[in-house]
Amino acid sequence: MRIALIVLIPFIGAVIPPLAIRAGRNVCTAATAAVTGLALLLLLTDVPAVFSGRVPGLRVDWLPQAGLSFSFFIDGLGLFFAGLILVIGLLIIIYARFYLGRTDSMGRFFCYLLLFQGSMVGIVLSDNILLLVVFWELTSLSSFLLIGYWHHLPASRAGARMALIVTGAGGLALLGGMLLLGHIAGTFELSELLTRGEVVKSSPLYLPTLILILLGAFTKSAQFPFHVWLPHAMAAPTPVSAYLHSATMVKAGVFLLARLWPVLSGTPEWFLIVSATGLVTMVVAAWIALFKDDLKALLAFSTVSHLGLMTMLLGFGTPFGVIAAVFHVLNHATFKAALFMSAGIVDHEAGTRDIRRLGGLRRLMPVTSSLAIVTAASMAGVPLFNGFLSKEMMLEEAAHTVYAGQAWLFPIFATAGALLSAAYSARLVWCVFLGPKRQDYPRHPHDPPLGMWLPVAVLASAVVVIGLMPAIVAGALVERTASAAVGGALPQFHLAIWHGLTPALFMSGFALTGGLALLWAYSSLERLRLALPRPDGMTLFQGSVAGLVRSSRFVLGSLADGGLPRDLAVIVLTTAGLALAGYVQAGPGPLAGTRAALPATIPAVTGWLVLLLACGLIVRHHYDRLAALIIISVIGLVVSLAFLQFSAPDLALTQISVEIVTTILLLLALNLLPRTTPDESSTAGKLGAGALATTVGVGVAALAYAVMTRGTETISDYHIEQSKPAGGGTNVVNVILVDFRGFDTFGEIIVLSIAALTIFALLDSALHGAARRRIRTLRFLPRAGDPHPLLLTVVTRVLLPLSLVVGIYVLLRGHNMPGGGFIAGLIVAIALLMQYMASGYVWAHRRARMDAHAMIGGGVMLAGAAGLASLAFGRPFLTSTFGYFHVPLFGEIELASAMAFDIGVFFTVVGTCILSLATLSRVEERAEQASKQTQVKTGTGAP
Amino acid sequence: MISAACSFAIVAISVSILLNVYRLVAGPDATDRILALDTMVVNAIGLIVVAGIMFGTAIYFEAALLFAMVGFVATVAFCKFLLRGNVIE
Repeated sequence: MRIALIVLIPFIGAVIPPLAIRAGRNVCTAATAAVTGLALLLLLTDVPAVFSGRVPGLRVDWLPQAGLSFSFFIDGLGLFFAGLILVIGLLIIIYARFYLGRTDSMGRFFCYLLLFQGSMVGIVLSDNILLLVVFWELTSLSSFLLIGYWHHLPASRAGARMALIVTGAGGLALLGGMLLLGHIAGTFELSELLTRGEVVKSSPLYLPTLILILLGAFTKSAQFPFHVWLPHAMAAPTPVSAYLHSATMVKAGVFLLARLWPVLSGTPEWFLIVSATGLVTMVVAAWIALFKDDLKALLAFSTVSHLGLMTMLLGFGTPFGVIAAVFHVLNHATFKAALFMSAGIVDHEAGTRDIRRLGGLRRLMPVTSSLAIVTAASMAGVPLFNGFLSKEMMLEEAAHTVYAGQAWLFPIFATAGALLSAAYSARLVWCVFLGPKRQDYPRHPHDPPLGMWLPVAVLASAVVVIGLMPAIVAGALVERTASAAVGGALPQFHLAIWHGLTPALFMSGFALTGGLALLWAYSSLERLRLALPRPDGMTLFQGSVAGLVRSSRFVLGSLADGGLPRDLAVIVLTTAGLALAGYVQAGPGPLAGTRAALPATIPAVTGWLVLLLACGLIVRHHYDRLAALIIISVIGLVVSLAFLQFSAPDLALTQISVEIVTTILLLLALNLLPRTTPDESSTAGKLGAGALATTVGVGVAALAYAVMTRGTETISDYHIEQSKPAGGGTNVVNVILVDFRGFDTFGEIIVLSIAALTIFALLDSALHGAARRRIRTLRFLPRAGDPHPLLLTVVTRVLLPLSLVVGIYVLLRGHNMPGGGFIAGLIVAIALLMQYMASGYVWAHRRARMDAHAMIGGGVMLAGAAGLASLAFGRPFLTSTFGYFHVPLFGEIELASAMAFDIGVFFTVVGTCILSLATLSRVEERAEQASKQTQVKTGTGAP
Repeated sequence: MISAACSFAIVAISVSILLNVYRLVAGPDATDRILALDTMVVNAIGLIVVAGIMFGTAIYFEAALLFAMVGFVATVAFCKFLLRGNVIE
């Protein structure tokens, strides 16, 4: 449980900062730091266990059917990354306290930051790879929120969107890759998966799995060509850049490569893809970084370059590569976070972070300058600082790497990368801190308060201490981490400054001197850069997004143009095509089966004739909307008679009541619409549609005939058999609705209530604004007759109690005889609608004791509560039970818990019908009033 | 005897339903068609009742009751639409 708490504490603690900010900024910071500190403390209690070789873990099933479990484990790799995330997080929180301005909402910022922290710790401690993907997505989301923190700036919003799209797309690919990986290995638990590397690597699905997972890792870790999002993410506040976009989140991809190293690495595919991507990223990003004038942009591209370095090292597939990569993760996190924070200080104090406007800060900001120079030296790979050590290990590995038969490729380009890295570090130091003092800083620069430079100092001292005594300070940690990543024993290695006169030493020396030389030749280099093509990431990205939008619009537009004919044609053609393919595949066979046909009775033949004639008639009269509605009612009547004929009284009752409600609804709508449909189709289009309809109709008829003449076994036999013993009701239709398929029904009534509320909301807008003005222009013809005829009023009022009794009766007996909540709801709704029609909206509405909204909400809640009640007895949601009780006067009666559910359905149906129809009529009422007023006005205006 | 009577009634009702359809097809007005629909509902109720007598089940009578109780509402709605435009005012 303690392990899960390490992950959950930041999530739970995320609610604290927005509350604590009411007590002031210092309290808020202290509270946030306390949350992180608590998580860190819990993590530290596991350190002895991990270093003694044990792997503490926890597993709770979440969705076992999908392989998803809530499981965590701490091994060396997880401990290393989690420690890094929490320690740097703590420093960042202190730094952010002083960085954020008075107008920035600190509570919101820390809330997002803690959400991110929890997700990130979740990634590195997850034992289940699907759980890992969940946390992975959460980091993308929280990163989106943090980049867009200053949401009033367009650059922030654009950068946040871009990061979300790129990393979100990568996350999708990763999910696919993880599902494949789990499928191949037969487990989703990392602790088991890591031992099944051979199975994975020999699988034919290995390559697609690898590519999908790499897509996830490369987008997250900003590898070429997905690196475009990272520089734009620098629109975030500097603490975010330092934390997410240099020290932790962008390392998630590197972490993933290290985590899955035993499973995926060691194949030619892995080596060819991963190491080359890393190398290209390292060199290209370092080249771009050299020419950036914005301090943060320079650091961003440098981060991309260093991430490329780590990726390349992991791509080598050698244990030494892993050791170097892990070591560089640690070193890079220390010097880069410190550099970002220093850049933030410079920006904060000098008022600009443009290199061309800075210089000579060494004397004005001595503390910041010394810290920044130390960390930049580490970035450049100067000896005695930690960056030098891991960079030399990298050069050593690259020196004897043969790529595709080319022994020169990696050594030369790796040296070039190191050289460019030295060059941009030197440029940063030279242009910002050294050089002559200037007079035109936007603000007068001076050292910031202690709280702002202390976190930098902590990191800078780590840079120096690790640089001087690598084996003592970091040796055990790197060893433990790398052996966990490799998943076995490591070869002998020793972290030291001096390794003798190795090729790496010469490469390193060449890189340092070459870097300085490059700076000297900067202006001619700049000309070279301007001559080379410089594709802009944002433009390319926006272009490709626009292209995607265009192509999906094209596909969508050709499938559905917003008109019903096109939609139906696509659906019908697809269905027909699939059916035809099935028929062709199965081969020809006799159409008729062996089952004997029923005799054709006179009513059946009559019904068939009526149906045929009505359908023909509707083709002729479809443009006349009222006539079409009348004919549809006839068809509905015949269909409900057919249901009755085939022993489905429930369906017949439902059909006839739905018919009535639909007719009223359509008549209400028709009053606001033209009476005829304009003729828009060409003759050829009509003929084509007719041919399609006829063909498909004949096909469906043949299919129905073929199925009905064969005795097939369906699930309904099982349902009919189990209805009484399992569901306690003899009406199988109702038992299916409220018990066997209760979850379905529950979903349906929710959909129903959403639809009713949507109708209400949409029509409510028809009473205001543009829609209202348009409705006011409608002209209604003068009306004949009485709005509320006496005869009708009296009859419907007398009929009301009778209908209500019938409705309740149908509801109560529904479990055993035809009926149930749905039919009863419709009957009662019709009874109430009759009052609306006969006595008027105002009269009926005033007497309605129950609000339609309350009926809908109460109905859904009742149904939900009836379902939840079964949880109290330890049974799954919506399990129903029933019993027989003896009630005096009534005798033996049966009570099923499904009854409560059915009553919920009943209320939802009544509420939905009343709400949607009454709202529509209210709009019409307003429209007619407006129309009358204007008519009166024009009438008086005329002579 | 009763089954012969039922058979006769079924034939008679079927014929009248077909006559309703004639009115539905011929029109010429919406009013004619609404009346055709209304009469058809009445005939359908008759058919259900006769079928209930023939098969001797109560379920059919209940169905007929419901048809009778809600069937006329559509006619009322159509008429109000023709006369007043707004069905619920």
